[in-house]
Amino acid sequence: MRILGLDIGSRSVDAVWLEDGRIVDWAVADSGFDPGSAATDFVGRDAHDAIVSTGYGRHAARERFGGSAVTEITAYGMGASALFPAAAAVLDIGGQDTKVIALGSGGKITDFEMNDKCAAGTGKFLEVMARALGFSLQEMADAALAAESGVAISSMCTVFAESEVTGLVHRGEDRRRIARGLHESIAKRTLGSLKRVNARGPLVFAGGVAKNPAMVTLIADGFAGEVWVPDEAQIVGAYGAALSAEGSGGG
Amino acid sequence: MSDQAVDYHQMWADLGLDLPTHDALLGAVGQLFGDAYLTQDNRPAGMDYLNFVMSEVHGLRIKELDDFRKSGGKVFGTFCLYVPEEIIRAAGGWCVGLCAGAEFAYDQVEQIMPRNTCALIKSFMGFKLAKVCPYFESADLVIGETTCDGKKKAYELLGDLHNVWVMELPQMKREQDMAAWRAEIVELVHKAEETTGNTITAESLRAAIIEVNDKRRALQRIAAACAADPAPISGKDRLLATQVAFYDDVPRFTQMMNALADELEQRVASGEGVTPKGAKRILVTGTPMALPNWKLHDIIEKAGAVVVGEEMCTGSRYYQDLVSESADTVDDMLDDIAAKYLDINCACFTPNDGRIEDVVRMAQELKVDGVIDYSLQFCGLYEMESHSVETAVRDAGLPVLKITTDYSMEDVGQLATRVEAFLEML
Repeated sequence: MRILGLDIGSRSVDAVWLEDGRIVDWAVADSGFDPGSAATDFVGRDAHDAIVSTGYGRHAARERFGGSAVTEITAYGMGASALFPAAAAVLDIGGQDTKVIALGSGGKITDFEMNDKCAAGTGKFLEVMARALGFSLQEMADAALAAESGVAISSMCTVFAESEVTGLVHRGEDRRRIARGLHESIAKRTLGSLKRVNARGPLVFAGGVAKNPAMVTLIADGFAGEVWVPDEAQIVGAYGAALSAEGSGGG
Repeated sequence: MSDQAVDYHQMWADLGLDLPTHDALLGAVGQLFGDAYLTQDNRPAGMDYLNFVMSEVHGLRIKELDDFRKSGGKVFGTFCLYVPEEIIRAAGGWCVGLCAGAEFAYDQVEQIMPRNTCALIKSFMGFKLAKVCPYFESADLVIGETTCDGKKKAYELLGDLHNVWVMELPQMKREQDMAAWRAEIVELVHKAEETTGNTITAESLRAAIIEVNDKRRALQRIAAACAADPAPISGKDRLLATQVAFYDDVPRFTQMMNALADELEQRVASGEGVTPKGAKRILVTGTPMALPNWKLHDIIEKAGAVVVGEEMCTGSRYYQDLVSESADTVDDMLDDIAAKYLDINCACFTPNDGRIEDVVRMAQELKVDGVIDYSLQFCGLYEMESHSVETAVRDAGLPVLKITTDYSMEDVGQLATRVEAFLEML
C-alpha cells in the first residue's frame, strides 16, 4: 500500500511517499502564493492508495484531494518517534509557528504547546531579522556561532525586534553579536516552552529551523537531555502524516 | 410566531439606534448564527424555539420590552450574574443581559479606553458608542458591579452615556463581607423600588424567587442530561440556551426549556445523541461567553468533539445554585438571596477554591475526556486563576488545554490546530 503524506505549511509544502512503512520518495517545495499548486504537483506525480494531509493547509487539501487530515502535532509526534523510537520529546520550529510535544511510552503524545497568534520566535522571525542585518539565513547562523556573546534582544515580537535590531545596527553594534542575541532569544523562549510541557530527552528537533546550526547548538546547550536532528528535518511532518494512515505499515 | 417578516426599523429608530450600522451588525450575527448553528445535524426539536428567539433577537423581544415600557414597566440592563434578578422582578421590573459578545466599533472604544482591555468590556462599550444594542437603549437603568477593575472604570465612562448604578461586590467571603453584600442588596431593593415606583413585598419577592429558581431548574435539567454518552444536545445549543436565559421572558423561557429538557431526557433514555457515542467529551471553563460569542464551542464541535458542560457565568455558575424558598419575611428572603449570590464562584474572589472544586467535580460527573480552560485576553482574573485550574485538573488525572483569545477571528486557524491536536491526543 502506497501512502502520500502531505505537510502544507506556511513556508513549504513537503511530501513523503510511504510503502509498507518505509519512505520510498520525498520532496519539498516553497509554498509561495499558491501552496495548493505545489501540493497538486505532488499528488499528480505518482500513484498512491491514500493521502493524509497535515499543516495549515490540511483541511483545504483534504477537500481538494480527499483522504484524511491530522494536525501537525500528531504528525510530528508520529514522525519523530518512528525515526527515533527512544524520543521523549519533539521540537518543531516551522515557518510561522513553534510546537513542543512531550511523548510518553510508545510515542503517545502526553502534552504539547504551540506559540500564540504571532510569528514570534519562528522561521519567519529569523528571515525578517536576517534581512534587517543584511545576511542570508546561513550567514546569520554562521555569524551567531562566530560571536562569543550575544546582545540581549528584549522584543520577541517580529515587528518590535526588527526596530530593535535596526537601532542596534545604527549604534554600531557588531552584527555577529546581534545575530547571536537573536538566536539566543528564540532559544530561551523555546526552552521555556519545553519546560512547561515537562519535556525530557532525547529531544527530536525537526522543522525547517532545525537546519539552522546556531539554533541547534543553542538548544542543545540549554536542554537537559540529548538533542537529535533528523537528516531531513523538514519532512518529519509529512512522514508522520503518512504513518497515521490506517494500514500504513508503520506506527 | 407569524411567518410574515415584520419591519422593526421604526422601533429601532425611535430607540435611537444607528440604523445602517445596526443593519450591518444584524446581518453579521445572522451569518455567524447560520454558520455555527444551522449547519449542525441532529439537533433537538426544542431548539426551534431558540432559533426563533435568535431570528427575533433585536425584533420581537425588543418589541415586548417596548410594549412593557409603554405600559409603565421599567427595564434593567445588567452585565453580570451578581445582580439578583429576583429583586428587580419583585419590584415589577424586567431584567435583560446587555450585548457584550462581539467585536464592534473598537476604533471608537479605543479613543476612550486602553487597547489592552478585555474583549467583553470593549464590546459593551462599542455597542453603546455605536448605538447598535437595542437592549442597552431599552434599559431605563443599567446596573453594574465591581467584579473587576476594568469594568469598574468602564462603568464610570458608561455613566457619561447612560443611566448607570453600580453594586459593590466584596472580594472575599467572610462574615463581614456577607454583611457588606447584604447591605448592597438592600440598596438594590431601594433602587429598584425607586425606579419602578413599586414596593417589594414578601409575596412579590417570594414569587420572583420561585420564578427565577424555576428558570435555573430547567437549565439544570438540560445540564444534567449531558452526563449521558452520547450527549443529547450540542454544547453550542446548551450555551445558547444559557445565553438567552439572560434576556428572554422568564416564564416563557422556563416553559420552553422544560420542554427541551423533556425531549433531551427522552433522547437519553433511547440512547439518541447529537454525536455518535464515544465522541470526545469536553468541559469548558473560564471567562463568560456573551452572545454571540460561540467561537470556541464552534471550533471544538466542528472538530468532532462535544462540549458537555460550561463551568462559566454563561453555564453552571448561572444555574447551579438556587435561592432557598423557605423564608416568609422579606428580611429572611434577602438573607437567602445575599447568601446564594455571594456563593457564586467568580475569579474576582480570593481565595476561590470553590471554583476549582466545581471544575473537578463537573469534569468527573460529566465524564469528560479533557478540560479546555478559556480566558479572554487581558482578563487578569481568569488568566491568573488558570494555573490553579490546570494543576487541579491534572491532579485529577485529566488533560487540560489552556486557551487565551478574544472575539476576533484572526486566530481561528491557530486555535483549531491546537484544539484538534488536543482531541487527537485524548
